[in-house]
Amino acid sequence: MGRSFGRPKALRDVVTHYCPGCGHGILHRLVAEIIDELGIQSRTIAVAPVGCAVNAYDYWGVDCSEAAHGRALAVATAMKRLQPDKVVFTYQGDGDLAAIGTAETIHAANRGENLTVIFVNNAVYGMTGGQMAPTTLAGQKTSTTPEGRQVRREGYPIKISEMLALLDGVYSVERVSLNGPKEILDARRAVRQAFVNQMEGKGFSLVEVLSMCPTYWSKTPQESMKWIAEEMMQVFKPGKLK
Amino acid sequence: MQKKILISGNEAMGEAAICAGCRFYAGYPITPQNELTAYMAAELPKRGGIFIQSESEVSAINMIFGASACGARTMTSSSSPGISLKQEGISYLSGAHLPAVVINVMRAGPGLGNIWPAQGDYFQATKGGGHGDYRMIVLAPASIQESFDLTKKAFELADRHRIVAMVLSDGMLGQMMETLTFDPDEPPPGLVAKPWALTGADGRPANVTRSLFMARDAVEKNNLLLQKKYRRIESREVRCEKLLLDDAKLAVVAYGTMSRIARGAVEALRRRGVKAGLLRPVTLWPFPKKEVAEVSRRVKKILVVEMSYGQMVEDVRLAADPGAQVGFYGRAGGGVPTERQIIREAMKLIVAAKGRRRG
Repeated sequence: MGRSFGRPKALRDVVTHYCPGCGHGILHRLVAEIIDELGIQSRTIAVAPVGCAVNAYDYWGVDCSEAAHGRALAVATAMKRLQPDKVVFTYQGDGDLAAIGTAETIHAANRGENLTVIFVNNAVYGMTGGQMAPTTLAGQKTSTTPEGRQVRREGYPIKISEMLALLDGVYSVERVSLNGPKEILDARRAVRQAFVNQMEGKGFSLVEVLSMCPTYWSKTPQESMKWIAEEMMQVFKPGKLK
Repeated sequence: MQKKILISGNEAMGEAAICAGCRFYAGYPITPQNELTAYMAAELPKRGGIFIQSESEVSAINMIFGASACGARTMTSSSSPGISLKQEGISYLSGAHLPAVVINVMRAGPGLGNIWPAQGDYFQATKGGGHGDYRMIVLAPASIQESFDLTKKAFELADRHRIVAMVLSDGMLGQMMETLTFDPDEPPPGLVAKPWALTGADGRPANVTRSLFMARDAVEKNNLLLQKKYRRIESREVRCEKLLLDDAKLAVVAYGTMSRIARGAVEALRRRGVKAGLLRPVTLWPFPKKEVAEVSRRVKKILVVEMSYGQMVEDVRLAADPGAQVGFYGRAGGGVPTERQIIREAMKLIVAAKGRRRG
């Protein structure tokens, strides 16, 4: 019998540093599968964020750059402008893209940079130990909102994808999630489309991916998937925003 | 073919960058360097490069990071408050061994200060304004011709050593116009192969641009690599100009705009019979320590003049022979020491020294 399932070529054969039940492992694999499928490994450049995915270059077999916290889209802007024949994507968390990097995100989007953005929203800062993220839900407990996020004090979870969808320069914005096989397949389709958009010169495409952080949600992986469906999706509704 | 034109310092630095093969420029408006950004907007796209007006200084320096990581010659420019905002990016560029050119057309500070010329960013430029142990090559032009020549040189040095090179100009040099002689058809100097650049892992292992190394010994290794590079630069790239120092009894030390006024003062002192000379550091880092030490052993009296309340003077004091007397005169906040003030300070130093001998 032939081999029907294996490691994507673009995914290195190494042990990741991610926690059990974390969504990054799934999403890294999806990205690698898509790079293989589109045959672009030799011309893809990834920009890794500051956050849990900072070591992404240890996992993908493509040229990759770190960016300072929040600055991935500024770095990627120059890379794509200089090398329009390359496929350039950023992979950023909620703190990176929607807090410290808000200006870089909005302006790269508004300029209509022909880039693919994978935005991982897990409603918490993972790398630094579970602090409140811009996307932390109302009432959600984190190390800096020990009694739960209070919207009158800390504001509301920011819907940056909805904000970006309003900009004329943006080509496509979609929100997907990783909380089940069906959802993962849908996430794969959306991420693939965001790469294809760039290859066809369509412009700025962002996929927001709702992802699990069992460690800082203090939940089991199963409970975490359930929490996405029951809580996160009530605020961050999946679907095509643009 | 050689061309002779009348041009401002800001525009001359822009032209120099294009002549040096700069392919990507990003900048954000700030006075007194706006003519440079406008020059790049008008000229760079016409001559095969990319211009972006960024949303912030922070974004501009990070675009430079991306451009450099791809192997392109790249530059950003700003003035003091904007340069403060770029420090994070400069630290990242340094940590990742990425070459880049940064122009600082200094204005008065601290804070928003004003738009008048100043030299208050010497510490920031030469001691590492961002976090971590790093250095930049810092070049200080004193004319429009030199603004052009040193900007061009900055690209060459940045690539040769994989380092950030800063051209430290000021509001006076940026705004004023002088003649510039240059050959726009001359090929970019010192182009090097960049096998480390992110150009797609086609037929080679994937390249990574990084300054993060989780293992403690790995960051120490990166630091030792940087230090080795800095020692190499210190031994090879020091530049300074010496004027009338051979028989001098007093040396004035000044850089940039200040050195032009100091030169006038030195010549005036000579006319009065005072054997004065000028030492002008062209590289502020690496600092011409040996040259200062050598001169200080002979002249015994040094007057450092700056458009600050005393920054470069610390390096002069560190380098000077312990037997030499180092005086300082400076003004900041937009005030520029005049020729008369420098002469007055020089005379005070001479008289004080004489008095001390008698005592």
